[in-house]
Amino acid sequence: MSIKRVLYKSIVGKPLRSFALLFICIVMSAAVYGGAVISVSLQNGIDSLEQRLGADIIVLPESASEKVKLENILLQGTPGYFYMDKDIANKLAAINGVDKLSAQYFLVSANAECCTVQVQIIGFDEDTDFSVKPWLREAYSGKLGKNEIVVGSDLSTRVGHSLTLYGVECKAVGKLETTGTGLDTAIYAGSDTVRGLIKAAESKGISVLSKQDPADVISSVYIKVKDGYDIDEVTASINLGIDGVQAVRTKSMITGTADKLSVISGSVRLLITAVWLLSAVIMLIVFTVLINERKREFAVLRAVGFSRRRLAAQVLLGSLVICFVGAVLGIGICTAVVFPFSRLIERKAGLPLLTPDALTAAGYAFAALAAVTVTGPLASAYSAYRLSRIDTGRILREGD
Amino acid sequence: MIITARNISKSYKRKGISGEVQVLCSTDIDLESGKVCLINGRSGSGKSTLLNILSGLLCASGGTVHYDSTDVYKLSDTELSLLRCRQTGYIPQVQSAVGTLTVRENILLPSAVIGKGKDRFAADGLLERFGLTELADARPGSLSGGELRRLSIARAFVNSPQAIFADEPTNDLDDENSRLVFEQLRKAADGGAAVVIVSHDRLAQEYADVVYCMQQGSLSREKGRI
Ligand SMILES: Nc1ncnc2c1ncn2[C@@H]1O[C@H](COP(=O)(O)OP(=O)(O)OP(=O)(O)O)[C@@H](O)[C@H]1O
Ligand SMILES: [Mg+2]
Repeated sequence: MSIKRVLYKSIVGKPLRSFALLFICIVMSAAVYGGAVISVSLQNGIDSLEQRLGADIIVLPESASEKVKLENILLQGTPGYFYMDKDIANKLAAINGVDKLSAQYFLVSANAECCTVQVQIIGFDEDTDFSVKPWLREAYSGKLGKNEIVVGSDLSTRVGHSLTLYGVECKAVGKLETTGTGLDTAIYAGSDTVRGLIKAAESKGISVLSKQDPADVISSVYIKVKDGYDIDEVTASINLGIDGVQAVRTKSMITGTADKLSVISGSVRLLITAVWLLSAVIMLIVFTVLINERKREFAVLRAVGFSRRRLAAQVLLGSLVICFVGAVLGIGICTAVVFPFSRLIERKAGLPLLTPDALTAAGYAFAALAAVTVTGPLASAYSAYRLSRIDTGRILREGD
Repeated sequence: MIITARNISKSYKRKGISGEVQVLCSTDIDLESGKVCLINGRSGSGKSTLLNILSGLLCASGGTVHYDSTDVYKLSDTELSLLRCRQTGYIPQVQSAVGTLTVRENILLPSAVIGKGKDRFAADGLLERFGLTELADARPGSLSGGELRRLSIARAFVNSPQAIFADEPTNDLDDENSRLVFEQLRKAADGGAAVVIVSHDRLAQEYADVVYCMQQGSLSREKGRI
């Protein structure tokens, strides 16, 4: 028999006590790790969205906000569409300070046609686009031909397979990486393809346009401002100069969400700290209360030749082991919940969530593991001190 | 091993009473390999206190304890603990089993401390000698007082110590078991250990080479000579 066994038995021999401590550690580590992952996922989501939009200003028809906000389409994947006259693009080009501009076309798939949910279809202009193509290239390097599409990561369609939209067979030629935003449930296509789809929808009796010809409409225009021009001023002059449209500064659109996000991640951080502190205090109390219960056991160990140091080590190691096991379990449980259900959490929270890659997640897991594991010895330090300094003679006189 | 205690005094602070209570005053005692030394005396006279001081568990207020030429209370706690564990066996006056370990593991406990890594069978001989074989894998919680007593005696033997300190080892035992215990202690002495027994048991007299009586904080010899 070894001393390790004495320690092991002191843990498993008191299942209730050990389990209570273990439970605290599981809760603590799940909170610390889960909270950290959720808060970086939120930050990642917003960052990737900002990067992907790539435009300084987005112009939409004025009526758009009454239907579905662009924000919702982009962030939460709420499908929607709106149109304005194609002419507007020309008017925008004439505005002082506009460098590049490119139109996009929105459409929504018909219910239960290709996918279990309605899917946002986003068409872009192959010739002028600067916002979609740069990152679309990660998935597909060629030029998108007629009826060729690139699908978001959340759609089940695989590359090479086809998808039927309004009776038109579209071939998926690429699949995008996860962004954690509404873009993950979208389909991207060239503008010709989308115009064709709008027509196909009409021939099926699903009218998305009132009178116009699909060739005469656009949904939104992405604008890049010339260097040296103030984006806010350009936005203002668009809003003043062109009727029937609203220009939104991309940043301010995201800022609303970013503000919400910083509040959330701030409270998550506060919550993590509170849970950690609370658990540490509970553990401190538990260990202190246990001193009396363990006195006799330690007096016996002392009597058979344990040094004070060894007695203290016995307490510290015991708490270290429990906290380590608890942390591993807590982090494991958390990983099993947060990662697979991040989509659900995202939808419920209405915020983009981009879970960190395995390496980053492992880093956080390790940090949480360390934070929880050291809490045990910290919380039991006083108890270890007291138990290593017991008056063996007196305790072993006191009888049972 | 020769244990020499000189000028041992001990006083305790007592809760509720101002000042200190002098329990031992200037006591000398010599213990020697091969001898069984018996200490008796009234309850509360300080026998356990002296035994604890001799065994290295309790630091005296004054005086010295030498194991051969080692002044034990000059050692660091770690050194003294190791020395106690290697060379002495201590049988406390009260029940003293670790509840989470089995009887066998309790007996092996001192061997674990010195890292000898004795396997479970090392306890078999002791289990048999003290009639605990059938209880080897039981938890102490299910043992009778006498069984627990024999457990803590068996435990004191596990590292083949050179000195054994037994504080009322036959407290919960019947005559037959008391004899068994005294015989084992006698045997240990005959095998070269220095044995000290604190006991009121009349039987103990039969096995002792030297008998002391504790009175008013010091020892007086009643029988035998060293
Ligand atoms: N840790 C302590 N603190 C205060 N007083 C103590 C302490 N240990 C012992 N005493 C006191 O010292 C005296 C001697 O105690 P000790 O246990 O040595 O007696 P004893 O001779 O072994 O008695 P018994 O035969 O009943 O076991 C007692 O009066 C006791 O109350
Ligand atoms: Mg006593």
